[in-house]
Amino acid sequence: MKNVIEIQHLSKSFGTHEVLKDIDFSVNKGEVVCVIGSSGSGKSTLLRCINLLERPSGGQIVYQGDNILDNNHNINNYRTKLGMVFQSFNLFNNLNVLTNCIVGQTKVLKRSKSDAENVAMKYLKVVGLDRYVNAKPHQLSGGQKQRVAIARALSMEPDVLLFDEPTSALDPEMVGEVLKVMKELAGTGLTMLIVTHEMEFAREVSDRVVFMDKGVIVEEGSPEQIFNHPQNERTKSFLKRTFKQ
Amino acid sequence: MSIDWIISIATENWEMFLRGAWMTLLIATLGTVFGAIIGLLIGIINTIPKPERGLKRIVLKLINIILGIYVGFFRGTPMIVQAMVVFYGAAQAFGVDMDRTFAAIFIVAINTGAYMAEIVRGGIISVDKGQFEAAQAIGMNHWQTMIHVVLPQVLRNILPATGNQFVMNIKDTSVLNVIGVTELYFQTKSVSGNNFRYFESFFVACILYLIMTFVVTKILHYFEKRLDGPQNYQMIDDLEQMEGKKA
Repeated sequence: MKNVIEIQHLSKSFGTHEVLKDIDFSVNKGEVVCVIGSSGSGKSTLLRCINLLERPSGGQIVYQGDNILDNNHNINNYRTKLGMVFQSFNLFNNLNVLTNCIVGQTKVLKRSKSDAENVAMKYLKVVGLDRYVNAKPHQLSGGQKQRVAIARALSMEPDVLLFDEPTSALDPEMVGEVLKVMKELAGTGLTMLIVTHEMEFAREVSDRVVFMDKGVIVEEGSPEQIFNHPQNERTKSFLKRTFKQ
Repeated sequence: MSIDWIISIATENWEMFLRGAWMTLLIATLGTVFGAIIGLLIGIINTIPKPERGLKRIVLKLINIILGIYVGFFRGTPMIVQAMVVFYGAAQAFGVDMDRTFAAIFIVAINTGAYMAEIVRGGIISVDKGQFEAAQAIGMNHWQTMIHVVLPQVLRNILPATGNQFVMNIKDTSVLNVIGVTELYFQTKSVSGNNFRYFESFFVACILYLIMTFVVTKILHYFEKRLDGPQNYQMIDDLEQMEGKKA
């Protein structure tokens, strides 16, 4: 299988605190990968390193044969190929729903306004919010905001979509609507890398599950392997703790 | 009686008063506008992310230091002293004979710029970090992030403080009479110098200042409301239904 992004020996430290240690990891085209692990295990940092919101301390991120950590690499161009969905939505507060999905297309990708509008409407339909184009972010519920954020990321038509705990900031009754959209997307063959605490969801949609602990990838494999036959002691104890609740 | 005096002074000298008020408003308005632009530029420049090392970092650091000195100097000295230094200093040192109105606007603008730089910095800090990250994540550079996402929010946030600055400028332009600008205070001094009725003449000036600051405050409140936009939004199928009924 062709990989979209390949990470080699990635490390990240905040001061003397080493958050990621020598991570080797790749995402293949069309694959849905869920990253699980307890808080502080470095999974969010891994995601933020991949799109350079955090500058990795060492290692390589290879995209289309280039190491994007090379000094002269165009970071902004690379970032347009990665969609990012944040835990706290981060919709542009000053723009309405439609413009949130358009601004990146017209200003960064230089698409024409009408093209951008068509693309935005297409993806707002996918997330079921095409009727809300005139609303401002503060007028939406958490679940709606996150669905708009997903549409905004999709509107850039990226190679891979990154989700950083997309349902962690939501009220319980709104988690379902966001996961439903994500499941539908997973079914369309979109490449997705999801950091999540939703174990049932991870089991259901993933092609591959990655378990992280203390800054390293402890174990990875199919959902069946990780959830039903974990090999590593740390994976076993994490799953036991998680499913007890 | 002084009310009669006030009325007669106002009616006899209305042209001088109005010309003074106009000059005050002109200096305060242009000074505030240019000052706000200076403040915004400094705010943008100060928040450019610095690379870890290299020439760009040194240049940015140097610019930051220079801008810091500018802000420190003009916030830390009285405008009346700055006016004397700029106007007479320029004449003496470089033989430049500055137009008095231009000099006045220049002084108010750089003074306001120093204050606005701090106000803008506060405004940028108050924008949620997630807004920057989301803009970066879709590939925007620093300018695009600022222009399309951050500054519109900053402008809304700093509007009350900017209005405050504007009102202060209307009043503080009175100190520029020291360089002979024919603003309202200067004109009032001329009027009272002729009639020796100080209380009544300056009472008229008082009313004029009050009217100017009041009107400006009201206009800015109106802008704030406009920027906030409507409270409600229209769903698309509601709009379509309405159009359907029309058709």
